[in-house]
Amino acid sequence: MAMAPISPPHAMGSNRTRTIMLQVLGATLPGVALLTWFFGWGTLINILLASCFALVIEALILHLRKRPVMFFLNDGSALVTAWLLALALPPYSPWWLVLVATGFAMVFGKHLYGGLGQNPFNPAMLGYAVVLVSFPVEMTSWPVWRGIEELQPALTPTLGLLEGLQRVFIPGSLPADGWATATALDVVRNNSALTMAELRATEPALGGMAGRAWEWVSLAWLAGGLFLLYKRIYSWHAPVGMLGALALMSLLFWNGDGSASNGSPLFHLLGGATMLGAFFIVTDPVSSATSPRGRLVFGAGVGVLVYVIRVWGNYPDAVAFAVLLMNLCAPTIDYYTAPRTYGHARATRGMGKGQSERH
Amino acid sequence: MADKRYSELAADGLWHNNAGLVQLLGLCPLLGVSSSTVNALGLGIATILVLVCSNVSVSLIRSAVTDAIRLPAFVMIIAAVTTCIELLMQAYTYELFLILGIFIPLIVTNCIILGRADAFAAKNPVLPSAVDGFMMGAGFALVLLVLGMLRELVGQGTLFANMHLLLGPIAANWTWVVFPDYKEVLFVILPPGAFLFMGLLIALKNVIDNQIKARQAQRLEAPAAAGSKRVRVTGTIS
Repeated sequence: MAMAPISPPHAMGSNRTRTIMLQVLGATLPGVALLTWFFGWGTLINILLASCFALVIEALILHLRKRPVMFFLNDGSALVTAWLLALALPPYSPWWLVLVATGFAMVFGKHLYGGLGQNPFNPAMLGYAVVLVSFPVEMTSWPVWRGIEELQPALTPTLGLLEGLQRVFIPGSLPADGWATATALDVVRNNSALTMAELRATEPALGGMAGRAWEWVSLAWLAGGLFLLYKRIYSWHAPVGMLGALALMSLLFWNGDGSASNGSPLFHLLGGATMLGAFFIVTDPVSSATSPRGRLVFGAGVGVLVYVIRVWGNYPDAVAFAVLLMNLCAPTIDYYTAPRTYGHARATRGMGKGQSERH
Repeated sequence: MADKRYSELAADGLWHNNAGLVQLLGLCPLLGVSSSTVNALGLGIATILVLVCSNVSVSLIRSAVTDAIRLPAFVMIIAAVTTCIELLMQAYTYELFLILGIFIPLIVTNCIILGRADAFAAKNPVLPSAVDGFMMGAGFALVLLVLGMLRELVGQGTLFANMHLLLGPIAANWTWVVFPDYKEVLFVILPPGAFLFMGLLIALKNVIDNQIKARQAQRLEAPAAAGSKRVRVTGTIS
């Protein structure tokens, strides 16, 4: 048998798609565990449903496109898209909502552009944005969390598995009141009468740092993200860019704790989907910029847009829209941040690149 | 151009050179008002009327108008015709007129109409110009109608809702609820849905065209194989 000579170094890197995808899934586990603790089975049902839908749709489209089905199913990318999408959707979303979001992400976000590695937009965020625009009522009814009944007896968290399944598969069969509430971002945005201290005392949604329960989930995403950084699945540039820009923006425009407060930097960093976005969404290698410097710019753009949309926009949270808008800018960022190749002259940058190289 | 047969004009207008799917002209009203069947049909009919009238008028005066002033003259004609249609709609279908709003006067700026006036009616006799105008308008209206029906079906789960706005009391209960208890899909009703479905329609047309081409190529290939075998290294036989 002829052995193909392989030149050293014989690195056993963690750079295979499948390994990377599995590690990303593993890093979400602390967050998933906390979400399940606070909100009941909803998150797990979401993940299970979205994963099944995504795998079936992916297999179907690969078959239609005459591509090897098992090869691409095995790389786990469909699973990661579905998983992240499921974490972004509110727990106990009706099954058809999950189906529409996953279907849109897989078909229009990924395969119409040519499959894994070709998509200009983050598929999970595309699916999320479509359902957020289409079904605002379902998408803004976040269930209340474990422990709220001690603060407000009128609200009861959905914790049982059967009750959860009923909410997902037969929506409308259970009373619509008392199980969902506004998120902390909503409360602060709509508040115009109370100071932040008064708001904290009256609104159960607000916790010590950001949203009650939410702040802990955010810290869990942070922990998962640090694990991925340590494993060198991605570099620090995009997350640091996003968190840095968001912190800077919220510090610059922080108008104190009065009734017109835009929220403190800590509130914005630990509120909403900031941490999930910073460590699991903007780090998508396909739809973000290419070079390290480019990723820093990309992340910073997302951070600025998140703040702008949260504070002066119309939507409750902004990560999906910010990421999609920056996806659109990623090719341009790449033009202006081309790094110097070792041993070569400085790279020409900017849009007229091809022309100046010919001289 | 002048000796084109009417069947060719029809095929061009409805399919090969379709204003909506191939020339991609007049996208603004196409995407703007295709959110329901009745809107789409209303604007489609209005566009056909304007296109036929303007083509006929332009064709009538084609020898009297010099090149230098032809465009202003065409635009004046189109604007006059559009205003007539607008007044007619205001008189007979007032509610639809209110819904379509700015898109009725905007027919003036629809590129298809000026395009056909300049490219066809200014060089052809009256009758072919009228047929061309009708076929181009019908092609545009058909795309508009399909888009409107698709978006109404997916967006609201109904078909032919509010048709009485256009057709009067006979159509009062034509509303066909295809999916009862349907959740409105706002994304499809809003403009992005129009872009999405437009893209899908264009893709569908290209798929059909490619299949027709492949089938024709197959038919042509079969006899060619039995021909003489002449070796030729450069150039092509003419």
